[in-house]
Amino acid sequence: MKLADIAHSRTGDKGNISNVSLIAYNRKNYDLIREKVTAERVKEWFRDKVRGKVVRYELPQLGALNFVMYDALGGGVTKTLDIDPHGKALSQFLLMMDI
Amino acid sequence: MRTIRIGGGAGFSEDDLEPALDLMKYGDIDYICFECLAERTIAIAQQQKLANPRKGYNAGLEFRMEHVLPLAREKGIKVITNMGAANVERAMEVTMEIAARLGLTGLKVAGVMGDDVFDKLDRYKDIPIFETGERFGGFKKPLVSANAYLGFEGIAEALDNGADVVITGRCADAALFLGPLVHEFGWNTYEMYGKGTLVGHLMECSSYLTGGYFCIPGKSDVEDFWNIGFPIAEVSEDGTFFVTKLDRAGGRVDVQTCTEQLLYEIHDPASYLTPNCVADFSGVRFEEVAKNRVKVTGATGRPATGKYKVSVGYKDSYVGISELGLCGLRWKERCDLYFEAAEKRWQAYGEKPEEHQFSIIGYNSICRDAEHMNFDLTQIPEVRARIAVRADSMQRVKRQIELANPPLSCPAGASILTANFKEVLAILSLLIPCTDVNIRVFYREV
Repeated sequence: MKLADIAHSRTGDKGNISNVSLIAYNRKNYDLIREKVTAERVKEWFRDKVRGKVVRYELPQLGALNFVMYDALGGGVTKTLDIDPHGKALSQFLLMMDI
Repeated sequence: MRTIRIGGGAGFSEDDLEPALDLMKYGDIDYICFECLAERTIAIAQQQKLANPRKGYNAGLEFRMEHVLPLAREKGIKVITNMGAANVERAMEVTMEIAARLGLTGLKVAGVMGDDVFDKLDRYKDIPIFETGERFGGFKKPLVSANAYLGFEGIAEALDNGADVVITGRCADAALFLGPLVHEFGWNTYEMYGKGTLVGHLMECSSYLTGGYFCIPGKSDVEDFWNIGFPIAEVSEDGTFFVTKLDRAGGRVDVQTCTEQLLYEIHDPASYLTPNCVADFSGVRFEEVAKNRVKVTGATGRPATGKYKVSVGYKDSYVGISELGLCGLRWKERCDLYFEAAEKRWQAYGEKPEEHQFSIIGYNSICRDAEHMNFDLTQIPEVRARIAVRADSMQRVKRQIELANPPLSCPAGASILTANFKEVLAILSLLIPCTDVNIRVFYREV
């Protein structure tokens, strides 16, 4: 099963920091997602993209996690050579993860 | 309990106007807020103002005001926007001219100023650059702008004094929405500022709340995607609010779209730093009370930090980007050959870029990590090979892209090249004492 089967996600940017939310479509899958999708695993998943740390925040009442990925946007939205300067597409990359 | 209805009229400098006009016509709204300034927009606007003192405000201001002002008068809707960008004064004048031409006598236009702290930058030599921690005084690239993210104060004051249109430069996006709420309800606690900040945070990106940036057909469908409407917030005096959209518009407002937007550009949900409070969204709850109508509760706030975030725009570098297309078999080998040749040519001609990036669109351009996924490359029929370079002059990036792309000495079956070049205006941030900033509100009447 892919994360995309049970969760949705959106990426945001501030400077060189990207945040990716991960939200269970159905609350009953939140605990599974919380258990399987750790900050370490997300850091590993984006290992060529994210040079800094990954911090995870939890919002159980919404079935949601928020991953904050530091040094993730090639120097920041206004500078980066990346084709997706804001990292808008990264959420969909996270959803390809097997769970 | 009294409620106020606010429309989200724009979430981007070049956002669509039609959904905003629909909100004004059919949304029974009291206010409409147009958020039109991204991180770097004001630095670009400042450059425009230096070239022409009559410019430097949002390029869409005239078009928007021509359509918005008559409706605002007809429906009694107040208009709040940061379209002043780097030139609030001129944006006010242009708005006045349009109002006069349209015969909207008595219209009161307010401008909020004080965000421009460029002349004060000398004071901040010993302040660390937020992104790098290095001393700002040691930063040597040419600076072009410095603007503090102001809070709601100037907007609320303008509305208290009867303004029909409020034009600001840089302010926190959410402040555009918090301003009218403070004006209407007289809120004066951090808890209420936190609740009002959530209204603004959900609303400030227009259709990001109503089905934009969300739809995956077959998985998270959005009704009438072609016609996504902009959001409306209906806010009560106690800070409880509902978000919704027009029935006549497409889109979707539910717990899923709201949760995505809640976390958009948020780091620690319990500590969202704003000029007016540290907002706490960690206990937010959404409840679908009807189709496309969501009740929002649970935000709060703590005292603000006493610092304003300042975005400093500077001339960083020049960037050149080229792409060519390939299809068929062994495209990966041909891309690798092409990239390797570029490096050798830069080396041979002494033109190594400061920074460069090779990527393959269709394979690893958005996220290089795709390489680890072991796709069967023969299943990918076509790609584009992309080279991006950074250097300290336009001449140099053009030369580097030229060297990487000798017109006919290319790999087999490469399509003709597309290339573009740009100057990079970048942004760094400083945190300065709020006491250094003097918010001023000016008024003009048609």
